[in-house]
Amino acid sequence: MRPNDRKYTKSHEWVKISGDTAIVGITDFAVQELCSGNEGDLVYCDLPEPGRTLEAGETFGEIESVKAVADLNTPVAGTVAEVNVAIEEHLEILSKDPFQEGWMIKLSPKPKNLDELDLLDAAGYEEHLSAEKH
Amino acid sequence: MKKTSLHAIHAGLGARMVEFGGWSMPVQYRSILEEAKTVRTRSGLFDLGHMGRFRVTGKDAVALVDRVATNHVARIPVGAIRYSLFCNESGYPLDDLLVYRDEDAVFLVVNASNTRQDLDWIRSHANGLDAAVEDLTDATAMLALQGPASQEILQGLVDGCDLASIKYYRFGFGSLCGMEHIRFSRTGYTGEDGFEVYFPTTEGPRVWNELATAGRAHGLEPIGLGARDTLRLEAGMALYGHEIDLEHDPWEAGLAFGIALTPEKGDFVGRTALERLKANPRRRLVGITSPGPRVPRQGMTLYAGDEEVGHVVSGGVSPTLDTNIGSAYVVLGQDTPGRELELDIRGKRQPCAVRELPFYSRTRKKKTT
Repeated sequence: MRPNDRKYTKSHEWVKISGDTAIVGITDFAVQELCSGNEGDLVYCDLPEPGRTLEAGETFGEIESVKAVADLNTPVAGTVAEVNVAIEEHLEILSKDPFQEGWMIKLSPKPKNLDELDLLDAAGYEEHLSAEKH
Repeated sequence: MKKTSLHAIHAGLGARMVEFGGWSMPVQYRSILEEAKTVRTRSGLFDLGHMGRFRVTGKDAVALVDRVATNHVARIPVGAIRYSLFCNESGYPLDDLLVYRDEDAVFLVVNASNTRQDLDWIRSHANGLDAAVEDLTDATAMLALQGPASQEILQGLVDGCDLASIKYYRFGFGSLCGMEHIRFSRTGYTGEDGFEVYFPTTEGPRVWNELATAGRAHGLEPIGLGARDTLRLEAGMALYGHEIDLEHDPWEAGLAFGIALTPEKGDFVGRTALERLKANPRRRLVGITSPGPRVPRQGMTLYAGDEEVGHVVSGGVSPTLDTNIGSAYVVLGQDTPGRELELDIRGKRQPCAVRELPFYSRTRKKKTT
């Protein structure tokens, strides 16, 4: 089971409240889809500059593997407060630890309540994945 | 979605499957870059069951293929293979293919996504001829063995055919794993030495497993479509839907070697248009290299300053050259090797340089070392 302290999107991003910000990243499934377990196949990750304001669902960056490019979409609105620049130089972080060390951006202000948004919990995301595989 | 006879084997190997030309095919078994290196240094085994395979028979079989194909089929010696195109009346390619000249028939290998359309196209031009086109795609399996160790691995399972005697773009027959009269073709889509073999579908899993076992000591590995794409791009080989489509004529695609405009060839579909197009070149297919960080991808625009000078049709990471590569149509005058251009990646510019294709040649490399 994936961490239950956050919410998920059908496009394989996660969002978690931490302090005054919402932290956004992508799931292990998204990473697996891109590089099939071969971290050397990830070639590039483009993250936004701090200060950029994003709508919920807006594309904030791109991630590229040897075979494909995928958009990164934010599950919640906010202004980019912090960016995990370490990822851009060390893409292997994403395959090793997408849920903690592999966070991508922090947005402020934090959403009032994630439960009110149209997002999946860990169990719901699990269900979505098994439906997508069939 | 169609499945080849090896679908269960791919699943068992943990392959990542994708839809390709209406078939469920393995895109990779492990890292695409590692798979590509395996083919360049040892040998790789490919399931190509999705490729369309036709046999044209009848006393006018050659004449029928000559009506629709751009190369001169009547001039292909028995036992030889030629690259060719099917063009429409406007001279633009509907597909590219290999033409095998048998003693009493013509054997064709076409792209998976165009198989149905090609079959209809050939048949629709058969009026007045004694010729029939049979679709052998479902009845046959097709495997490729590519890489320096391929001949040695395959020879161990072959009787009655000395593979060393088959030259590039030639084929021979012999027995394979106990099956008689199997076609061995010294062809491929990787830039490496290797073979493509065709045999009854039902024997697919047995032959795959015997090859995998025989190849183990030589470092043979299964290879997916991902690495196949990387390898063919490095080798400067065109792919339908990328370098070849209805928007680009065969001359600018660098495919003159597949077109015969000799008087002996006679009329064929698209000939008049091809002659006209040949006289008016505007752009040309070239290679590009880019240090990164982004990989060139189909659809990206190329700029020289503010001027739009071309567009990318294929791209990838090249493990052999250790840089990002692509192929692109570039207007004449901007196509000189070494010319510095810029890739537009969603509004951001990234430098790249024009290169002559191919990026990689096995034989050229031998001459210089």
